[in-house]
Formats: sequence, structure tokens, C-alpha cells
Amino acid sequence: MTQLALVIDLNVCVGCHACVTSCKQWNTSSGYAGALPDDNPYGADPTGVFFNRVQTYEVGSFPNTDTVHLPKSCLHCEDPPCVPVCPTGASHKREKDGIVLVNYDKCIGCKYCSWACPYGAREFDEHEKVMKKCTLCVDRIYDESIPETERKPSCVIACPASARIFGDVHDPDSEASKAIRKNNGFALMPEVGTKPANQYLPRANTSGKE
Amino acid sequence: MHPAFSVIFLTTLIGVAQGLFTALMIGQTYELSDSSLAFGNEFYGFGAVLVLLFMGGGLVASFFHLGRPERAWRAATMWRTSWLSREVIAIPSFMLVTFIYAYLQYTGADTSSTLLTGLIGVIISFILFYCTGMIYACLPFLREWATPLTVVNFILFGTASGFTFAAFYAATSAPALIDIFAGFAIVLTLLGMATRIWTLKRNAALKPKTTTQTAIGSKHQQVRQVSQGQMGGSYNTREFFHHKTAETVKKVKSAFLILAFPVPVVLLFLGMTADSGFVLFLAFVTQYVGLIAERWYFFVQVNHPQNLYYQTVS
Repeated sequence: MTQLALVIDLNVCVGCHACVTSCKQWNTSSGYAGALPDDNPYGADPTGVFFNRVQTYEVGSFPNTDTVHLPKSCLHCEDPPCVPVCPTGASHKREKDGIVLVNYDKCIGCKYCSWACPYGAREFDEHEKVMKKCTLCVDRIYDESIPETERKPSCVIACPASARIFGDVHDPDSEASKAIRKNNGFALMPEVGTKPANQYLPRANTSGKE
Repeated sequence: MHPAFSVIFLTTLIGVAQGLFTALMIGQTYELSDSSLAFGNEFYGFGAVLVLLFMGGGLVASFFHLGRPERAWRAATMWRTSWLSREVIAIPSFMLVTFIYAYLQYTGADTSSTLLTGLIGVIISFILFYCTGMIYACLPFLREWATPLTVVNFILFGTASGFTFAAFYAATSAPALIDIFAGFAIVLTLLGMATRIWTLKRNAALKPKTTTQTAIGSKHQQVRQVSQGQMGGSYNTREFFHHKTAETVKKVKSAFLILAFPVPVVLLFLGMTADSGFVLFLAFVTQYVGLIAERWYFFVQVNHPQNLYYQTVS
């Protein structure tokens, strides 16, 4: 069974937010997800819906600190807690490729799936009144009208540092699987048992010291 | 978590309805045991209408929680996996049985058929309690909720408030039932107070399994967030944080511990001994306000793991 996912290399991510903006741009213009709305974008209290956010952490204590940028979108869990709780079946995981999606025509906007997601990966669209989330650019990766090299999620193409690898993590020979194996890929919050498909490559010691 | 008043009113109002229906059936069974008692079909029939009114109030409140209420019917489809879907089936089922019960009472049907319908209603009402509680208790990483105590509390608070209302209702039209209803209400309220305090103690002792370290996959002892990725708020900062001061939360906790339990117990006892409908009504109102505060606190107390990604603005 195929499980498409992202592998994100935390050694390489520079926290530029290009993945955030390209995600927003693609998913607002592609039409599949409907627009990702922004409210009051130039006002005092701006807010909006995003599928992908980059959050930054400081690890260690000064002066021995490390800045870690953590890009986070839906992790397309192998055991997604957001799916069984959905009362309408709008929230579902595709057999074909393991992508977790919301059927926006079935969603009643009860927000229960967002409570059930420990990662906060789902965001409610106050305009369309339905729950939204990363689609892994499902409307792009199978589109035969665009060149094959571009049939990847928007964030992957946008990343200037190539920190994001897209592929089938169930195929041991995929670039994504190899990167996970070679670099000790890890999952976020392993203790909650959701088995995220997206994985991260940990920071390596690049200081030259042991 | 953000306390949504739609859900607070839904869960507290249907709790009263379910408890009231159970109380009516206790009353009807009690009537059977003593041939000198006869409260009349109208007492039970109108009682069932009141149950329907409380259910209807809860249902109206629940629709305010939905982004797309016109699609609510779809919520009955995933009963195999979703406790919310099961609740969505149990609510109208309970209302249908209550309606049939009221109809049978008003048309003067024989006792065996009303008793049988009532028994089915009580069973469905407890299934409904279970579904409502499990909606919260089934999410393992929301650890303040993930305990059988959540279901126990929903059952005890619902039945206690329903019996308190039933005691007031009896005072208006069947005074012989005041003692038994108020007696049940006092016992259930005291039990509810015990399990609520137990739950508070349990939750106070919880040690988080999910930490900033596991959230970002760092083993370092010292990790702090310096940016959540945006300057403004988002769904994540609105839905999963309560944005209330620790002082407010503490006040609400003290308020519900007083208003939902000890005050109604005293008022129930006074109302029972004086056969005063007014005092029993006060008992119900106090308890209901207390239970609203309790349900508010129930949401606010939850620390959602996603908050670890939203600790610092900028």
C-alpha cells in the first residue's frame, strides 16, 4: 500500500517560510480546497487559514543554543485519530495513497476532528464553515497536464534549501524512505500512537566538536 | 480549550431531560407499588413534554456549534466509529420514544405499554449519556477527559439535575412524589460531588506525557519556542486556548463546587421538608447554573497538546 508523505530535513530548513506562502498561494488558487481565507490581513489583528506553518524553537541555553525551525503541516498519520471521530465521514484517509483529506461537501463544521488531532494540523475556515487541512497537493501530484517534475506538493518545489522530500514512505527504495533510514528520521509526538507518515530528519552535530 | 457555550448548553440541557425522564419512570414504578397512589396520565404526559422541551433546547444549542447545520443529518452516518455520530442517533431516538410515551399517556394507554415504552426510553437515555461522555473520554491524549470518570460525571450530573427538576415538578402536581425525587436528587448530587472532586484530584496529579521535547523531537532538557510562525491569531490560538486568567478559572471552579452540589442539597432538603415548590425550583436553578460553570471548567481545564506549538507569538 502506498503512503505518500513528506520528509523534512531539520538540518537544512532555514525557516524562510517559502513553503508556507507557496502552500497558501497554490491552495488558494487551485480551487480544490477553495480559497484559504485571510481576515484583516493589514489590520491590527490579522488572521487566516494555513495548511503549513513554520515554528521556531531555541534548544539549549545561551550561548550554546541551537535554533530549530519546524515546518509542520498535516502529518497524514497512518493511524489518524481525526478520521474515526468524524460523524459524517468527511474526514477520511485514502486507501490509494494514504493521504488524509476532508470532503468539504460533507463536512458539517463540528470541529471534533480538530480536537482529536494532537498536532493542531487542522484549521477551520470561518468563511466556508468547514474544516480544512493539508491535502499534500492532491490536486497537483496527479495532474498530468503539468510537467512530471512539478507533480509534487507546492511546498516541496518552493523550498530553496531542498529541505523537503516527497515520496512513498512504504516503498523502501523511495528517496523519502532512504532518507529516513539513513538519517534516523523521527516522528512528532510518537507517544500518542498516531504513527505520522511525515517524518523529520534530526539535527546533526555540525559544530565540529564531539 | 475554548469553552463553547453551544456545547455547554447542549450537554447540560439534555442531561436534565434524561434525568427527568428517568425520574418519571421511577415515579411510575413507585405508583405501582402502592395502590393508594394515582398521579394521573397527565402528570407523566406533561412531564414527558417537559423532557422534550429540554431536549429541544439542547438540540437548538447544538446547532449553533455547527458551521453547516443544514448538513447535520449526515452526522448519523459514521456510527460504526464515531461517538459523536452515535450521540446524533441516540438524541432523536430518545426524543421519539419520549414522544411516544407522552402520546400513550395522553391517550390513556394501559400501564403495561407506558411502562414498557418508559423502560426503553430509560435505556436509550443511558446509552445517550454514555455516548455523550465517550465523545470526550475517547480522545486518549486529552488526558483530563480520557477517564471513565468523564462518563460517570455526565451520568451523575444529568440524573441529579433531572431529579432536582422532577422534585420541583412533583411539587406542582404530585406532592406525594417530592420526597422520593428529592431523595434521589440529594443522593445523586452527593455522589456527583464525590466523583467530581475525585476527577479534580486525578487531573491535578496528571504528568504530561507529551512535552515540547516530544513535540519537536529534541531530547535536550532546555527547549523553548521563540516563534509560532505568525504575528496574529489563528484557529489554533482561538480554539485550543481559553484566554482567561488563572484567577477567573479558579473562581469558576469554586463557584461550581458550591453551586452545583452543596447548595442544591441544602435547598432540596429544605424544599422536601417544607413541601415548597419555590425552594425546589431555586434548588434546580442553582444546580443548573452550577452545572453550566462545571461544564465551562470541564473544557477550560484541558491542555491540548497542540498548544505546545503555539506558546510564543511572533
